[in-house]
Amino acid sequence: MSSSTSGFRFTQRRLAPSSGAVAPPGGFDGETNASQTSPTNDTAGPASRTAVARALSVHKSYWKGPHEIEVLRGVDLTIYDGEFLAIIGQSGSGKSTLLHLLGTLDVPDRGEIHFDGRRVDHLPASGRDRLRNESIGMIFQFYHLLPELTALENVLVPAMIGRSVWRYRLERRTWRRRAEELLDQVGLSHRRHHRPRELSGGEMQRAAIARALLTRPRLLLADEPTGNLDEENGRSILRLLRTLNAEHDLTIVMVTHDASIASQADRTVRLSQGRVQGC
Amino acid sequence: MYKLLLCWRYLKSRHIALASVISVTLGVATLIIVNAVMAGFSREMEKRLNGILSDLVFESHSLSGFPDPEWHMEQIRRELGDDVVGMTATVHVPAMISIPVNGQYFNRQITVIGIDRQTYAQVSDFARFLLHPENQKQVSFELREAGYAPGRRDFPDAGWHYRRNRVRFERALEAQRQREAQRTGGSIPTPPAGIPAPPSSMAPSDTSLSPDGVPAPPPEAPGGTHGETVDPLKDQYPGIILGIAVCSQRGRDEKGNVRDLYFCRPGDDVILTLPNAGNPPRPIDAKFTVVDLYESKMSEYDANFAFVPLDVLQDLRGMFDPQSGKVAVTSILIKLRPGANLTAARDKLRRRFPIDRYPYRISTWRDLQGPLLAAVAMETTILNILLFLIIAVAGFGILGIFSMIVVEKTKDIGILKSLGAGQYGIMSIFLQYGVGLGVVGAGIGMVLGLLFVHYINEVADVLAWLSGRELFDPTVYYFQVIPTRLDPFTVSWVVLGAILIAVLASVLPARKAARLHPVEALRYE
Repeated sequence: MSSSTSGFRFTQRRLAPSSGAVAPPGGFDGETNASQTSPTNDTAGPASRTAVARALSVHKSYWKGPHEIEVLRGVDLTIYDGEFLAIIGQSGSGKSTLLHLLGTLDVPDRGEIHFDGRRVDHLPASGRDRLRNESIGMIFQFYHLLPELTALENVLVPAMIGRSVWRYRLERRTWRRRAEELLDQVGLSHRRHHRPRELSGGEMQRAAIARALLTRPRLLLADEPTGNLDEENGRSILRLLRTLNAEHDLTIVMVTHDASIASQADRTVRLSQGRVQGC
Repeated sequence: MYKLLLCWRYLKSRHIALASVISVTLGVATLIIVNAVMAGFSREMEKRLNGILSDLVFESHSLSGFPDPEWHMEQIRRELGDDVVGMTATVHVPAMISIPVNGQYFNRQITVIGIDRQTYAQVSDFARFLLHPENQKQVSFELREAGYAPGRRDFPDAGWHYRRNRVRFERALEAQRQREAQRTGGSIPTPPAGIPAPPSSMAPSDTSLSPDGVPAPPPEAPGGTHGETVDPLKDQYPGIILGIAVCSQRGRDEKGNVRDLYFCRPGDDVILTLPNAGNPPRPIDAKFTVVDLYESKMSEYDANFAFVPLDVLQDLRGMFDPQSGKVAVTSILIKLRPGANLTAARDKLRRRFPIDRYPYRISTWRDLQGPLLAAVAMETTILNILLFLIIAVAGFGILGIFSMIVVEKTKDIGILKSLGAGQYGIMSIFLQYGVGLGVVGAGIGMVLGLLFVHYINEVADVLAWLSGRELFDPTVYYFQVIPTRLDPFTVSWVVLGAILIAVLASVLPARKAARLHPVEALRYE
């Protein structure tokens, strides 16, 4: 990513003491597998690092007809400020479910989800909506852009959701400038006014990343972000994520089933049989 | 904010939803048109009914009436005070009219009303409906020279001028027939076919011929109480004003144009047979000269009423009290000031003249025409209900299409929720969508309806030209144009009702959308 990053920061809400301690030794494109050096179990994380989000013995099951399928059976996971964490596991191992729970899209049957030191799973729906809107960005395998809106409008949607018509109109210019900068940063400035169907898969994912970053979230949750892309585009998206993590200290949790992609992250945890396995 | 944006984009991109709104549009347009025409119709009708009937009617149960109307009027004025604008005494009797047409008598049953020339015009719009412009200003029972119904193309020659011509022609015809009879030795022939037609072919042939064709002595003695001889060249019998449909028939000629056919016209003489004031009533008959025609365009009145001077009718029927010598009338018509409370006034009079002591029936014009007005009101209500059902059907169409759109948009709803949109926000997208469709549909419907009402006669002409059938047949209705009346209250009620139905139809799909589980919605493919 060669585009300039001057003019905005992702770090503005971060706590000062922890910010220096996070940068991975290999830099953003370092091939050193951070997971080897990171603790195998999150409970053993260094005390100096601040936790952004935590899952505490989380249980979740689904009903398929008469059968109860237990997806998560007591997952414990801490996500530290500024890290790039990969959750790896086979299909059906519950990694997407865990991501949804961390993103407060769903609530666990048992156990707790904490965000920024605060328990959030028992908040009312409106409180969780607000948290999601302001502090958590999400990207998905199938990009999930709104087909009726242009790339720029898609990026602006989180700002529109969080504000009343009146307030949004007042702040419209600021938001628009920020959205344009974000599109610029992900390399889509020439595609601002294109609809999703006029964009390629890689471009759609870049627009989705820009959208996820609009409200300066503390945490970016990526659900198989490269799963639907060819190798070239997938690498480029990963590079973008690494840049964001390195240059802007953005905390990223990425779910994938591909070990080679997971190896790009600082730390990897494996989900298997509904529990976190060290790897 | 995103709600408005998305709602607008959905409106622009989902044309199928707009199609569902067409039924709302049509329903609203039809409701506005039907209400405007019904309201126009009933207003026109009420205006005419009220114009003919005056406001309050005070009538006796008996045909011989009640004596001393002046005392009654004084009592009424005392009861109602300043509310009374005008009062008049009248006599209503059923009668049989005989109109001579081509040597035969055309009989009809009518109601004869004896009216007071001076005061009758104060209580009703009677004069307005007369054909002669002078009579419209001041009612008169004297035959006028000419000038009836100016501007009416097929109205025949009428008045003194016509009467003299007719009488001269009849006399000449009679003289020729006498000569013919003398030449052939006293036998009386039927009128020969070669005799030239009278000045107007529609003219009644001969009032001096008795029905069986036997020539009567030329100066015939008038019937009833009028014992003196009348020379039809110079004199007239007492005047009578006939309802136009009593003596005419509306039809179409071979070219399809609407024509009126007159059996008699001002200047002709007719015979009335009516009951006298005795007990039991006995029939009496008298000759009258038609002096004008009366056209209220309410066929019920135009085909049933004839007006004669009050004093003539009272004399003829012997309507006076032998003891006091005071004349009697059958009813008193009362006109109240505009805006006066009719029912309250009626009830006051009913208290003054309780039904168990006085044989009078006191009613407002609305009471008298109650069934007719109620029928029109009921028709309007039923039509409104039926048409609103159409809009409700449209509402179910919107419901179906909205449910489809919610299914189609399930993933987008999941996306919005993952970005932090709440239940309320998702719901309001679809509610606003419903409002948008309702506003568009009802708005277009309102414009269409108002345009249609404004150009309704042109539209009727075009439809008539297309279908070859006249939609608003003037031989059936006595209106030249379709009356309409737009009530802003009704229009806004219809439009708001339609929008409300569209919104209600979108509530269920909107709730369904709002309750979608975000994870399920995101997984939906």
